[in-house]
Amino acid sequence: MRRALRPLVTVLVFGLAWWALSRFAGIPAYLLPDPGSVATALWRNRALLAWSTLTTLTETVLGLLIGTAMGALCALAMVFSRSVRRWLMPVLLLSQAVPVFALAPLLVLWFGFGMASKVVMAVLVIFFPVSASLADGLAHTEPGWIELARTMGATRFRLLTRVRLPAALPAFASGLRVATAVAPIGAVIGEWVGAASGLGFVMLNANARIQTDLMFAALLVLACMTVALWMAVDHALRRLLFWVPDMRAADIEAAR
Amino acid sequence: MDFPGQTQSPPPALHLRALSLVYDKRVLFGDLDLTVAAGRFTVLLGPSGVGKSSLLKIAAGLIPAQTGSVEADDGKPLAGRIAFMGQQDLLFPWADALGNVSVGARLRGETPDLDRARALLAEVGLADRAASLPHTLSGGMRQRVALARTLFEDRPLVLMDEPFSALDAANRARMQELAVRLLRGRTVLMITHDPLEACRMGDTLVVLDGAPARLDAPLTVPGEAPRPPDDPAVLQLQGALLRRLMR
Repeated sequence: MRRALRPLVTVLVFGLAWWALSRFAGIPAYLLPDPGSVATALWRNRALLAWSTLTTLTETVLGLLIGTAMGALCALAMVFSRSVRRWLMPVLLLSQAVPVFALAPLLVLWFGFGMASKVVMAVLVIFFPVSASLADGLAHTEPGWIELARTMGATRFRLLTRVRLPAALPAFASGLRVATAVAPIGAVIGEWVGAASGLGFVMLNANARIQTDLMFAALLVLACMTVALWMAVDHALRRLLFWVPDMRAADIEAAR
Repeated sequence: MDFPGQTQSPPPALHLRALSLVYDKRVLFGDLDLTVAAGRFTVLLGPSGVGKSSLLKIAAGLIPAQTGSVEADDGKPLAGRIAFMGQQDLLFPWADALGNVSVGARLRGETPDLDRARALLAEVGLADRAASLPHTLSGGMRQRVALARTLFEDRPLVLMDEPFSALDAANRARMQELAVRLLRGRTVLMITHDPLEACRMGDTLVVLDGAPARLDAPLTVPGEAPRPPDDPAVLQLQGALLRRLMR
C-alpha cells in the first residue's frame, strides 16, 4: 500500500509545483505551459501521440532485443577466447569514446529516415552496458564453484551453461536495467535528426511551431513509456532471479 | 554397514609421493610423502598458511604440483573417483536443496537419480527441505546439503577442506558425527585445524608443520569414530595434539 502511495505523492507534489510555477511566477505559456493546457494538448492529439508512441516503442524494443543479443554474444566471445577479448576490448572502449549522438546524422544518412537508423542508434547506446556487465559477471564466477564443478567432471560447455551463466545473471540484469532506461534516448535522438514519425519527431515539430504544450505532452508520454518499459523489464528480471534474496523484501521486513 | 550409494569395489589407498609446491617463489613443501589408508579416515592438521589446502587441491587434481605424483594403490586412474568438499558450502543459489545435491549428475550431462538425492537429504535430516533455496537455509543446514552432495557423487575417495569450520560448536559436533557415519568405508582425507575435531573423527592423524612444511609421523587414534567429545582418551590426545601444534 505504502509502496503504491509514495510515487503517487511524488507525482502530486511535482504537478502542484509545476502548476504553481506556471500560474504565479509569470513565465509565459510558450515557455512553460500549465498542467491543464498540457492535459488538453494530450487529449486533442491522442491519436498522433499514440501512433508516435508506437513508433518510438517499436524502435526502442527492437533496439533492446538486437542490442542485448549482440552484447551477450560479444561477452560470450570474449569469455571463450582470450585473443578475442584482447582485440575486442580496446575497440569497445574506443567506441564509447565516440559520442553516439554525434553519429546520429551519419546513421540517418546510411540507414534512412525510417526505423532502421533509430534501431541502430538504440543498439549502439545499449550495446556497451549489456556486454560489459555480462562479460564482468562471467569473469567473476566464484572460483570455488568452478573447482567444485571440475571435480564433478563438468565439461567446459556445461560449466558455462550450468554455473557461469546463471552466476553472471545478476550482473547482466543490472546492465540490462541500465540499457532499458537509456534505449529510448537512442531512439529519440535518431528521430530528432531525421524521421517522419515518433515522439522525438513530434517534439521537434511542436518545438519549431512553438506548440510548447504539445511538446510537454509528448515528453510526458515518453517518460511514461520509458518507466513502463523499465518496470516490465525489471519485473521479468525479478522472476528470472527469484533466487537472489530480495533487498526490497528485506527492507519491508525490517520496517515492520 | 550399508549406506545410500555404497560403492561396489573396495576403495583404494591414496599415495602422495615426493610432492613439492613452490608458490610465489616460496617453497611451501618439498618432497612430501603421504599415504591415505584405504577405507580409513585420515586427518591432516597444521597451522594456517602451511600449505594444507594446496596439498588437498593437488590430490584432487585441481592444481598441479611442481614435482611428485598422486596415485591410487589399485593402479587405476584417479579421475572421476574423487569427491571434494570445501570450507564453504558452495551451494548454487539458484538451485533448491535437491538440485544442489544432484548437481554433479547435471554437470556431467547425466539424468540425476532424484530418488537417491532425496534419500541422501533424508540421511542428513533435511527430507522436508528438498525444495528450499539455499538462502532460506541456516549455515548448518547448508553444510548438510553440501555433505549430501558429496555423498551423491558416490566416489571411493573423499577430500574435505575444513568442511565444518564455519559452524557453531554444537552444529559442528553434530556434523562431525553425521559425516563419520555417512563416510564410513570410504578413503577420506580431511583438513582441519581443530584438534578435537581431528581426535573425534580421524583414524589416523598427520601434522603438517614448518617452512618448508614436513609431515610428522602419523598418529593412530584408538577406538571407533565418532568418538564422544568427553571421552578421556580423546581429551588427552586433543591436549597432546594442541601442545604439538603450539610448538
